[in-house]
Amino acid sequence: MPTAEKTLDEILTLAAAHFKVPREKLSPDDDFFKTLGIDSLQALDLLTKLENHFHVELPDYELQGVADFRTLAGKIQARL
Amino acid sequence: MKQYQGQTISWDLRDGVIEMALHREPLNEIGSQTLEELEKFVGVLDALTHEAHALIIYSTLKGGFCAGADLRQLYGWFQEFGQSEVARHAREYLERIHAVMNALDAAPLTTIAAVHGVTFGGGFELALTCDMILADKLARFCFPELRLGLIPSFGGIPRLKRDVGNAVVRDLLLTGRSFNATKAQQIGLVSQIVGEGEVLRAARATASQMAKFDRITTQSAKRFMKPIPLDELRREIDIFCELLPQPAVHAGLKKFVENTTAQPYLP
Repeated sequence: MPTAEKTLDEILTLAAAHFKVPREKLSPDDDFFKTLGIDSLQALDLLTKLENHFHVELPDYELQGVADFRTLAGKIQARL
Repeated sequence: MKQYQGQTISWDLRDGVIEMALHREPLNEIGSQTLEELEKFVGVLDALTHEAHALIIYSTLKGGFCAGADLRQLYGWFQEFGQSEVARHAREYLERIHAVMNALDAAPLTTIAAVHGVTFGGGFELALTCDMILADKLARFCFPELRLGLIPSFGGIPRLKRDVGNAVVRDLLLTGRSFNATKAQQIGLVSQIVGEGEVLRAARATASQMAKFDRITTQSAKRFMKPIPLDELRREIDIFCELLPQPAVHAGLKKFVENTTAQPYLP
């Protein structure tokens, strides 16, 4: 199982690639809606990408109120 | 009518395959205009099937296949008809949409839903009328209706029950959560998953394969494999219309319609 830090790093890398944002512009505590400039449909795309990458199923009700990469990584880590 | 270019849908019959495109902005919400055009399609379907062996339904919009029923229109009915009459109007609408969905479900040709992105609510229900669902790997499915105090009303529960186990049906309905194409394939809803942007090509290849088989045999096999749960579909309309006048529904719709944040598609 990857470490929490590695999971977080992979999420940041995936998000940067998917939304074509320089990786160095993303920080773990960023509000990803604001930093990536995405809406809820694009957030669902990101969720699907992450589920496919980590081979996990992440019910979206567990993401209520989650807007930063670090908390998101914790939710994914709990399912690995 | 081999070709039709409408406000919300279009179709084109070519080489034995009808391709129906959904293209109503913002995300193919199914309202009165879409219903009228779907009725137009169903009205010519028998004539088209003389020359067609397959139907592919897909979306031209980037965001996905279909976000479901037009909730703004449903909310508008509360203002137009009042709490006491809204159910009567909704029932008339649902009788019509069920007639369309049942006709698509029973269509005497092989039907393929080629979905990507958001496939929610009524959009999911439209896909479930098809003989098979092919999905882009970023497709996402959901029945969010309980968030509004309602149940799916375009035939969703009976058709979902037809295809998957009851434990899964209850999980998806009672949590209102969305799930990805991999999960959809694991539970038996999606037959093929393809890479991003490849789903229409895959659907065309699948339709081409089906053209090799005898049509009478294919139609007989379809009728045998895919009975239409008519009694449960009737019951679904009744339950929806019983729930619709509840104050919680009006409040839920109001909240959705007035939501100006960037997150209306998250629970």
